[in-house]
Amino acid sequence: MAKLGHRRDDTVNGWTVVLLPVANLVIALAISGAIVWLLGESPWAALKLMLNGSVATADGIGYTLYYATNFIFTGLAVAVAYRAGVFNIGAEGQAYIGGLGSGLVALALGQHSPWIVLPLAIAAGAIFGAAWAFIPAWLQARRGSHIVITTVMFNFIAAAVMTHLLVNVLIAPGQQSPETREFGPGAVMPPASAIGFGDRFAATPLNLAFGLALLAAALVWFWIWRTRWGYAWRVVGQNPVAARYAGIDPGRVVIAAMLLSGALAGCLGVNELLGSQHRIALEFPAGAGFVGIAVALMGRNHPVGVVASAILFGALYQGGSQLSFDMPKVNRDMVVVIQGLVILLCGAMEHVLHQPLNWVCRRWPRKAVA
Amino acid sequence: MPADAPASAVPALELRHIDKRFGTVQANRDVSLVVAAGSIHGLIGENGAGKSTLMNIAYGVHEPDTGEIWVAGQRRVLGSPAAAIAAGIAMVHQHFMLVPNFTVLENVILGVEGGLTLRARLREARERLAALGRDYELDVPLDALVGELPVGGQQRVEILKALYRRAQILILDEPTAVLTPQETQRLFRMLRRLRDEGKSIVLVTHKLPEIMAVTDRVTVMRQGAVVDEVPTAQTAPRQLAERMVGRPVSMRIEKTPAIPGEPLLEVRQLGIRDDRGIERVRDVSFTVRAGEIVGLAGVAGNGQTELLEAIAGMAPIDRGEIRLCGHDVVREGLDGAKRRALGLAHVPEDRLRTGVVSSFSAEDNLLLGYQDRAPFSRHGILQRTAIREVAAARLREHDVRPAAPTMPIVAFSGGNQQKIVLAREMDMNPRVLLVGQPTRGVDIGAIEAIHRRLVALRDAGKALLVVSVELDEILGLSDRILVMHDGKIAGELRAEEATEERIGRLMAGVADKTHG
Repeated sequence: MAKLGHRRDDTVNGWTVVLLPVANLVIALAISGAIVWLLGESPWAALKLMLNGSVATADGIGYTLYYATNFIFTGLAVAVAYRAGVFNIGAEGQAYIGGLGSGLVALALGQHSPWIVLPLAIAAGAIFGAAWAFIPAWLQARRGSHIVITTVMFNFIAAAVMTHLLVNVLIAPGQQSPETREFGPGAVMPPASAIGFGDRFAATPLNLAFGLALLAAALVWFWIWRTRWGYAWRVVGQNPVAARYAGIDPGRVVIAAMLLSGALAGCLGVNELLGSQHRIALEFPAGAGFVGIAVALMGRNHPVGVVASAILFGALYQGGSQLSFDMPKVNRDMVVVIQGLVILLCGAMEHVLHQPLNWVCRRWPRKAVA
Repeated sequence: MPADAPASAVPALELRHIDKRFGTVQANRDVSLVVAAGSIHGLIGENGAGKSTLMNIAYGVHEPDTGEIWVAGQRRVLGSPAAAIAAGIAMVHQHFMLVPNFTVLENVILGVEGGLTLRARLREARERLAALGRDYELDVPLDALVGELPVGGQQRVEILKALYRRAQILILDEPTAVLTPQETQRLFRMLRRLRDEGKSIVLVTHKLPEIMAVTDRVTVMRQGAVVDEVPTAQTAPRQLAERMVGRPVSMRIEKTPAIPGEPLLEVRQLGIRDDRGIERVRDVSFTVRAGEIVGLAGVAGNGQTELLEAIAGMAPIDRGEIRLCGHDVVREGLDGAKRRALGLAHVPEDRLRTGVVSSFSAEDNLLLGYQDRAPFSRHGILQRTAIREVAAARLREHDVRPAAPTMPIVAFSGGNQQKIVLAREMDMNPRVLLVGQPTRGVDIGAIEAIHRRLVALRDAGKALLVVSVELDEILGLSDRILVMHDGKIAGELRAEEATEERIGRLMAGVADKTHG
């Protein structure tokens, strides 16, 4: 009836898709710059250091992509769940438990050929992650518990379980620090040098898992937009009533989407453990599961966007650590502040910029013609 | 007095040369409307013709881009509904603006309480409302909770509210949509009484018989502009319909007698409870055969929605039996998808909430519910080319405008959205078709096409169960008519013996004596 009166252009289209995150990032950086300035350092010098540390050198790029790999896995995990209408806050815990799966295979079979061990370790990571996601998914689908709450709780449970296992069960004999012994040679992801990058990234932990992450992104895209199951997930995510109307069981979709989500998160250990640390260590996901929420948000839950924003967050992470080395007044927490600002602007305050940008995009071509 | 009020009298409400634009949509174009004092003025037009916009301007919800509003000979600028109420204009919306768990009295004084305590105002209101109730046949129990009143009663509370605020001009937006024919008659009596007392009434509707029954003058709008304004006595429904649509329309549904075949849908002693355990459908039994249209009439909310959803497999049933094409679907545990596979198609009552995914394109909506079938998907992989081709063909075939498969579904008008849903459900060659409110929110021009298609499906040997709150539609389409009241089948009528009167009595829950 009075529909016309409430017309509001909420669709994100055209250039806004690209401009919106860029504008948000610029504002986040500007505010961060102001904070750096308040700390008594030059924002320009800080920005230069960050860029140098993250994207201007081969070492920087290697580390950036290495961190980005973790964020692609967790970002995809959050994104696929979100497409099916589920807000998975538990990627951190799923990554942690998934890493346990990969690590156990690596510890048990590390002496065998990588052709056998690596596929098994990757599969184990995915299965462990999926299993950890299954419990809250089932509770939501069949018992109505809210998945945001349960996945958060499962992060804590995962952390407790892993601490217990590493301190009491898996700790290497005669060791003080809570970590396992090193994996055998068969359980090491091929480093960048082994797959045709020469020794450009030799000083960095970049490894084949980055390729695996890109492959996962492509498969997720195909699954969501090119299969009937992905279609059903999107229907459930957009309109659960229409889903029931179409004969789709929303509960089953929630469970399936969470299984895939958990499996993707569970692959983090492939990069972090098999690719870099070569042992299961305490707290190895290091918050990547939470960064994944921001990555998915900024990437609009689309695989391409997730990869792009994962690389951005990887650069922030790497550039930030570089910054804290070279600028003593700026510590690592500053990176967290910048990330927080990006999340705030991309997520919570997205629509603040949305309307003006749409407006600009509509005017601009007209003016250019006139 | 009405039809030919003296031209010299000052009109109660006058809208002069109103222009209103929303973005690129010109909702009102140079619209002028004169409502004579002491008259009932009808305003008709298709969806999107600009009626609601115009009335929202008169009620201060929108401000016109250009144009003037005159109330009782004085120019007014209405910046808000409060200003409109102060100027003596009140509006009764289609969806009532009432607090269900307040009493009638409390609802009426809501917003005009005045003073620190309610006591004085309540006493004064009670006296005035009692008087108003007597004068206008508006009796409602003042101490009853509004939520417990029947819909017709709630509507009377809205009107009382307006009169209590000393409104001289009453705008009613589709007031009969939720009423039984008897309640509608009562409303019309009330409106005539109000008119005779000197109030002015604007009746916004799309039902031509109502215009003919109760208005003095009628204004027809099309595409944002006024195309006609005539004394009601000097026009006829067909003429008004043509003015609304802009071309000749057939008001009758052409069809031959049905030749019913084997029973395809059988419902036995069906009982349904909602989430809160309240019984919504009680002991309902009926059969729909191949080659017939069974109409399900009833005031909205008497169990029709729950019944449709249960048959479609969207909601569980409490007890009873549903047989679909020879299968006991409940006992065999066939879910919605499997019932579709048996040949069930379903056009849901609430299109936007249930029938489409509003963020999807037209083509993606055209495979909703059929995403696992050829040609849409093979081995689980969506066949994008085939989907696009089928969609383009269907949109053309069903005269959906524009025939753009990639356009988001929400960008289509209501009538075209409905055509898309109907195209999807009809074209998968169903055996049983459940149709809820086939023409809700659909323009007169498109209604004709939809009715023709439903009859064609019947003639092709499909079994159709049509749920509608539009009695004309039920009477025109159905071969047999079931009337629901309070979750039960209140009666069954053959098309030949059904009249609006008889259906109306059954809808109101009054036993039909003549029914054998």
